[in-house]
Amino acid sequence: MGGEAAGAVAAVFREEHGRLLAVLVRRFGDLDLAEEAASEALEAALVHWPVRGVPDRPGAWLLTTARRKAVDRLRRDQAYAARLAVLQAETDRAAPPAVDEGADIPDERLRLFFTCAHPALPAEARGALMLRCLAGLTTPEAARAHLVPQATMAQRVVRAKKKIREARIPFRVPEPHELPARLPGVLQTLYSLFTEGYAASSGPDLQRPDLAEEAIRLTRVLRRLLPAERETTGLLALMLLTHARRAARTAPDGGLVLLEDQDRTLWDRALIEEALPLLPPALAGGPAGPYAVQAAIAALHAEAPTFATTDWPQIVALYDVLSALAPSPLVALNRAAALAMRDGPGPALLLLDALGAELHAHHPYHAARADLLARLDRRAEAADAYRRALALAGTDPERAHLRRRLHAVDP
Amino acid sequence: MVCGAVPHGTMGVRTVKYMLLIQAGAVDAEGGAEGCDVQDWMEYDKSVQDAGIYVSGESLADLVSATTVRVGADGERTVVDGPFAETREVLGGFYVIDVPDLDAALDWAARCPGSRGGGSVVVRPVADFGA
Repeated sequence: MGGEAAGAVAAVFREEHGRLLAVLVRRFGDLDLAEEAASEALEAALVHWPVRGVPDRPGAWLLTTARRKAVDRLRRDQAYAARLAVLQAETDRAAPPAVDEGADIPDERLRLFFTCAHPALPAEARGALMLRCLAGLTTPEAARAHLVPQATMAQRVVRAKKKIREARIPFRVPEPHELPARLPGVLQTLYSLFTEGYAASSGPDLQRPDLAEEAIRLTRVLRRLLPAERETTGLLALMLLTHARRAARTAPDGGLVLLEDQDRTLWDRALIEEALPLLPPALAGGPAGPYAVQAAIAALHAEAPTFATTDWPQIVALYDVLSALAPSPLVALNRAAALAMRDGPGPALLLLDALGAELHAHHPYHAARADLLARLDRRAEAADAYRRALALAGTDPERAHLRRRLHAVDP
Repeated sequence: MVCGAVPHGTMGVRTVKYMLLIQAGAVDAEGGAEGCDVQDWMEYDKSVQDAGIYVSGESLADLVSATTVRVGADGERTVVDGPFAETREVLGGFYVIDVPDLDAALDWAARCPGSRGGGSVVVRPVADFGA
């Protein structure tokens, strides 16, 4: 009974935490007070719910309790209250209190997304704040998710909160004219969480919260809050399509499986089905953004029965669009790999050789070059390029993969 | 541009003082900031005054006139010429403004002519020991 109720509390709390915190921050203008009140409300729920049962509207119960806890704290701590009092008056005047006690928690999370991803905060703190404030992860959970020591994560969060408080980073949704400058930072933070989930996927801790899934969950929320922003839709589609390949990316021995060797029956069809209808709205109605274009590329892979029968001409064309939108040596590298499939390894190798100055310290560059040389049967040069890639590769699965390739050209 | 046009100084709205430290990107042979258009600065200064957010501000004389003082543990005073313009960025002046939040301060920093042409503006809240 106790365990069951505790599980119910945890589930409700994780779901409601972001909303709860956002409303409390709006009401009191202070992240620390809001967090403290939210966690005290959870403790109260852990005491009362097992005895009295889970209330009909758990979110509203938590909010009422949390507001009471916050007011108690302000009564006890007059200096703190004085510091926040004027702030409170300001918030109240800005809009009538959005909360009526019977209703579920109103959704004020958008302002939290923008505060957590504020450009004045260090990049590594932005994702941590989002996990904590919006995804409801505790600091130890966020530390495990990022594979950093708990003390490091705690320090990041404390410093970021100190900066929010002392530099007075506001809790507000940017005006429409500011969105083009501010939204990319929010999307970048979400995408970094997502890709970090992949980088960390070979770690030893099975209990680790799944960063990629948290990032997808938060992006779904953001899309509901900002339905007209097409890049948010594009980012969600890109994440879903990438995540769909997850089971096929890793061999049973933990080794890396490249797209061309993946067992496509392992791809998660449900995620692909969710992603595909997102593409038309992400791509239509004006110039497409870089996430939408990357999602379109991922969709062509998702729809192809095999690597060889993929629509390579279309993929090269999309990389041309992406190169114009967000030019980078890595985009050029991917474009060359697609071009090798369309036009053969010879022309692609010429493109790669031109990128050498920018990418010589980047192991995927040498691996891609080695693959093309191998296909051209220039084995000695291929072996040399694989060795360079091996010297630069960062993780064991990547090195194992490269050793296999090297062995094939230099047995 | 409406940035910074948030009502300020209104009763009850807490504002924060920020110092905008104006760093000149390049310094000429005399230690003065390069590419300094007097007209732009006058317009900026007027808009800060008109917005009612001005607390204080000064433009610093050329770096060749700077002198550095240090006092050692033994109480001995060292006075040297400089610092010289070897450092890439040189403090050329500052404003202290009183605005509602960091976003408003960043908008005013971005409007400042000192943020252009290789220069930058560092935005720092003034410590508040009052509350």
